[in-house]
Amino acid sequence: MTVFDRDAWNEILDALTKNKLRSLLTAFGIFWGMQMLVLLMGGGQGMQTMMAQLFAGFAQNAGFMAANTTSKAYHGFREGRAWSLTQKDVELVKASVPQVDIICGTNNYYGSLATHDSKKTSCTVSGILPEYQEISDPRMRLGRRLNEVDVRQQRKVCVVGKRIVDELFPGREDVLGEVIVVSGIPLTIVGQSGRSGNGINMGGNALSAIEIPLSTYQRTFGDGKSFELLAYTVKKGYQVSDVQKEIASVLKRSHDIHPDDEQAVFMVNTEAMFTMMNNSMQAISMLVWMIGLGTILSGAIGVSNIMMITVRERTTEIGIRRAIGATPRAIMRQILSESMVLTLMAGMSGICISVIILTAVDTVVRSMGQEYAGADFLIDFWTAVGSALCIAVLGLAAGLVPALHAMRIRPVEAMRSDE
Amino acid sequence: MIQLKNIHKTYHGGTELHVLKGISLDIREGEFVSIMGASGSGKSTLLNILGILDTYDEGEYSLAGTPVRNLSETHAARLRNESIGFIFQSFNLIPFKTAQENVALPLFYRGVSRAKRNALALEYLDRMGLKDWATHLPNELSGGQKQRVAIARALITHPKIILADEPTGALDSRTSVEVMQILKDLHRQGMTIVVVTHESGVAYQAEKIVHIKDGLIENIEEVTEQSRSPFTMNGVMK
Repeated sequence: MTVFDRDAWNEILDALTKNKLRSLLTAFGIFWGMQMLVLLMGGGQGMQTMMAQLFAGFAQNAGFMAANTTSKAYHGFREGRAWSLTQKDVELVKASVPQVDIICGTNNYYGSLATHDSKKTSCTVSGILPEYQEISDPRMRLGRRLNEVDVRQQRKVCVVGKRIVDELFPGREDVLGEVIVVSGIPLTIVGQSGRSGNGINMGGNALSAIEIPLSTYQRTFGDGKSFELLAYTVKKGYQVSDVQKEIASVLKRSHDIHPDDEQAVFMVNTEAMFTMMNNSMQAISMLVWMIGLGTILSGAIGVSNIMMITVRERTTEIGIRRAIGATPRAIMRQILSESMVLTLMAGMSGICISVIILTAVDTVVRSMGQEYAGADFLIDFWTAVGSALCIAVLGLAAGLVPALHAMRIRPVEAMRSDE
Repeated sequence: MIQLKNIHKTYHGGTELHVLKGISLDIREGEFVSIMGASGSGKSTLLNILGILDTYDEGEYSLAGTPVRNLSETHAARLRNESIGFIFQSFNLIPFKTAQENVALPLFYRGVSRAKRNALALEYLDRMGLKDWATHLPNELSGGQKQRVAIARALITHPKIILADEPTGALDSRTSVEVMQILKDLHRQGMTIVVVTHESGVAYQAEKIVHIKDGLIENIEEVTEQSRSPFTMNGVMK
């Protein structure tokens, strides 16, 4: 008898199909467990890709710094003094903190009004340098990014967020080349950004952001030299949390701020945020695995239990089989195969049903909006294959104890049937 | 065909039960023998040992020239499959298999192909007059029909010997007569048959009756035509 012996298979399927209720009950535990595991895995995957989608394009090793009023008197200055960041600070940090990769200043002008013809909408104007787009990718939907030439020539061009387009040009997709007016200054739209309003937003909601070259900003909106924020990334192998302390102390030294002043330099970094998020994602996926595996395991124990009861119930049948010439191995093979076939079929249908459910969820979520387009509520093919293999092994394991038990049933049991 | 020499069997469970206390018996090829005794006499244990369903502690047993001693379970299974046809009191058909599948089952364990064993099974059912019932499940058959299916199953492997344990125990008197007639017909065709029973009416259908009492053979009675007659004391079946 080989694995592909049709007769042996018929014998197994016979035993399973002729005892439908029993087979069904046995299979249900595995079916449920498998379904839960796959749903959880797919759901976890979906949540992760959804989150990743939201935060995509934002450097995970970035930090930001802003000037705040001092809280300690130092070098003859009183506490409560205001100070500001300038290009000089950028050069200073570049020169004295080698771990810094990109560093640039940015400015934001909040609560401004953008108009086009008779339409107007509130917006945030940001002055940026091309390098900033390495830290926060504008994920261009249309047009081009801001570049060096824009900065050098102080061009009146801008990259706008989605809401600006929707509000000022309702019903239009492509607004490149259009001119909008912000605080009396005409700006030509050269690009439309694809940033999501739900991800990391520095300087106001990314949907209503209007980005212009920093030089243009400083000439029109700002005081000409100070920055609101310093944005930077660190080189590979360094922690933002370490580097930000060094930058802060460099800034404090050059601006006569007390080294222990915690308030004067405002700092945030994405690294800590991403680390926290990744950790919680990992924790969630570990939890998912534990729950799923636990459910499957209890399903397998259920199969084992019911197979055990089945073997008890079939003692006479097995005795008869033994009496008319079944070897112990044939009996063991039969029980093991029954358990395996049952587990596999239950597990496979569990996978199938949950994949159908996940596909439905996937379709619904994707239809919820463009920013969820990358969400992926599915399990990967090899995960499915791996799970199928796992349940086969599990089925074998579940059948083992009952099979050994069945093997020990003596042919004499056939004689005791009526007592 | 069967040679038993001084067979002993003790059950160890709670109290020691010495069931067989030295049974010696010869059954020749083509003989029809009844083993008779009250319940607890050890006749069922003897049948289990004859059928290689159970082991014995002491003595010698040879079946068709093959010594039956310390066989592995696998070897014992093969020997049962090849040499012995069982008929049980409660028929012992597998409830979820049709009559035909039940009859064919011993050949499955012998590795005979499905088509061949199903054809053979139908042939044996036909011989028992049950061809039309081939696709029925056991619970759709009457007691007599079930026992005839069981007989077909016992015969399909061409066994050297038929062992029947109270073959009429669960049947009414009319079907009992029918079943015993089938056994007698088989005997006439040369089959060796051993029947275990406590009913004298059944026992006297055989050529020879082995009376067992308290684990020992009390006497062996040759059955004459006269003692089989319904007018003698022992002749009435039920």
